[in-house]
Amino acid sequence: MRSLPLAAAGLLALTLTACTAGNSAPPALGAKPTTTSTDPAALPAATLELWHGFSTDVETKAFEDAIAGFTAKYPQIKVVAQKGIQDAQITQAIRGGQAPDVAASFTTDNVAQWCKSGAFQDLTPVIAQDGIDLNVLPAASRSYTEFEGKRCTMPLLADAYGLYYNKALMKGEQPPKTLSELTELTKKLTVRDAEGNIEVAGFIPSFQYYENSPSHLGPMVGAKWYNDDGTSAIGSDPAWKQLLQWQKELVDWYGYDKLEKFRKGLGDEWGAEHPFFEGKVAMVLDGEWRNAMIAADPEAKDMDYGTAPLPVADDKPDLYGSGFTAGTVIGVPKGAKHPQQAWELVKYLTTDTESLVTLSNALRNVPTTKAAMDHPGLAKDDRFATFLDIFAHPKTSTLPANVNSVFNQDAFSTFLIEWEKGAVKDLDAGLAEVDARIDDKRKLSGS
Amino acid sequence: MAASTRGEGVRALVWLAPWIIGIAVFFVYPLASTVYFSFHRYDLFTLEFVGLDNWRYALSDTRLGRSALNTLWLVVFMVPAQLLFALGVAQLLTKLKSGGGILRTIFYLPSLVPMVAGTVAFVYLLNPATGPVNQLLALVGITGPDWFGSAAWAKPSLTLLALWGAGNTVMIFLAALLDVPKHLYEAAAIDGAGAWRQFRSITLPVISPVLMFSAVTGVIYAVQYFTQAMIASRVASGATDSAGTTFTPGYPDGALLTLPQHLFHTGFRDWSMGLACVYALMLFAVSMVFTLVLLRQFGRAEAAS
Repeated sequence: MRSLPLAAAGLLALTLTACTAGNSAPPALGAKPTTTSTDPAALPAATLELWHGFSTDVETKAFEDAIAGFTAKYPQIKVVAQKGIQDAQITQAIRGGQAPDVAASFTTDNVAQWCKSGAFQDLTPVIAQDGIDLNVLPAASRSYTEFEGKRCTMPLLADAYGLYYNKALMKGEQPPKTLSELTELTKKLTVRDAEGNIEVAGFIPSFQYYENSPSHLGPMVGAKWYNDDGTSAIGSDPAWKQLLQWQKELVDWYGYDKLEKFRKGLGDEWGAEHPFFEGKVAMVLDGEWRNAMIAADPEAKDMDYGTAPLPVADDKPDLYGSGFTAGTVIGVPKGAKHPQQAWELVKYLTTDTESLVTLSNALRNVPTTKAAMDHPGLAKDDRFATFLDIFAHPKTSTLPANVNSVFNQDAFSTFLIEWEKGAVKDLDAGLAEVDARIDDKRKLSGS
Repeated sequence: MAASTRGEGVRALVWLAPWIIGIAVFFVYPLASTVYFSFHRYDLFTLEFVGLDNWRYALSDTRLGRSALNTLWLVVFMVPAQLLFALGVAQLLTKLKSGGGILRTIFYLPSLVPMVAGTVAFVYLLNPATGPVNQLLALVGITGPDWFGSAAWAKPSLTLLALWGAGNTVMIFLAALLDVPKHLYEAAAIDGAGAWRQFRSITLPVISPVLMFSAVTGVIYAVQYFTQAMIASRVASGATDSAGTTFTPGYPDGALLTLPQHLFHTGFRDWSMGLACVYALMLFAVSMVFTLVLLRQFGRAEAAS
């Protein structure tokens, strides 16, 4: 009997070391070269499972139409699409060995981790095999879809961020081109009641307001998130300080309490009571998709509004015209049952010009390839064209892929809330702490 | 001699096997893996030994301290508040001459409402701008607080929610109170003991095992408090669950970040399962300590009475 505990312990140790997630060996992409990649009929028949994040009827239909384009080309392949999927579900499925053949994500935040851990298969060999030139994609889109040389996703559609302005509230003014013009205009366009409460805001500078995240605002001053060695650049890049000081001055002009009261009384970002729809704010930072939402809203669709690039730091006029971009990404998870067919679908959805143009026209998102951007069939009204230009601008930037992307953004945002509240006495020390948090976590993640 | 005891030992083991297997599979094995993973960098896919890195990081993590304090707040304030409230309500219910059945049902009903639905409803009722509670307060000239939206009020608001849902405890206390022999009260009344004296010297000692049970389970529950805080944060912050968003728990200002939420977020959203395992072990240790202290305290109280 004395040997029993020992045996049990031994067994335990054995199971412990053996039992980490996902150690099965599914067929991998590019393991064996495809013989006839040009002939669609040569691809063996299969039923592909595709998970995506689109959820509204209009979006889902547009995406399924794009898939129908693929199945028309490859009639032997059937695609079953699952809508409204979150990243956590994708990760969980891959760990459980139940991965779909193709998965699309609405955020670029997890790309680094997925590439690094091999949760999504490296597409580099098949891209080389099929002779796809990735230079058809802008640099920013290339950078948010890969990590440390592993390209495990492709950009599906992109988003670009710019300025929307309500012409009726602009009092005949042109959209601002610099931060000081933005401040000046905000002061001019803001309307308050007798008690000093805000009724119409020129521009809401709060970092907690809808799309005003540091990643979206950073490009206005050309701020950098990471140094070349991967450590945090937030404390050392003077651009962030410039942005923060500009922002705080404007918050203080409103009065933090007044601004917060106004902000908390505003309608939902995704609902019909959006403050821009209701004429409660003259200028907002938003993505190109807002155009489609305005057009789809029965009350807001008649609004007279314009779009422009974001205003930029006064001392960096060459940034004007650029902005922030990110987008949906799509790839082949580890454990996909039909990786070869899955790759054909990914390739079709991300590089086929006709498909991208159709999808872009239906969803009013920015298509990623140059050919699709220049396609005559692409709907380009002025308001939408602004975002196409922002997307194509050489200085347009994205949030570089990082394994701790969510953590790092949260570390910074948490500090920014303290900052706008006025709870930060020493800005340099505060930013240095943000750096320390990000760098400590980086060390822990071993990257 | 040796042969017979050995045979008996084996037989005992066979009889105990279901229990041993249960404990081994559902307790010892997970605990051992948690310890094992806590020394590794584990991003849910790849495993790499890193020694004490996770532990070192955990000790300097400010959010860990923050979340631990929040959890401690719940243990220190929410659990006693819930017990006192439940005891008070139960006490009142025993005094009722008529209508007790209906009131008992009314007090018990909230514990049948699913946790998520109850929390969402509370956040809606307590919405600072549109919620009926603040509108009623405004009628009598009081400016209500921004309940779930302000760091100072968020945890008290959750405590209100806990009180509302304390029907289970109320019922347990009610049963215990009705179980106290009537003749003890009569004897005490003849000796001239007032209501308070009767409560202290008769009711409390008799129901103390039930109190202890409720306190221990209440504390364990508070240490694991997750769902209501997560839902309240999400709903109050206005975060949408649309694809492409990652919600970091804790709104407002980290006031509702409890230790289990921090653990979950670290492991499953921040890809640091090794670190999350460290937190899990700390949480386990804290639950053990609280439970042992409470058990010992009540053991003493019982021995004294």
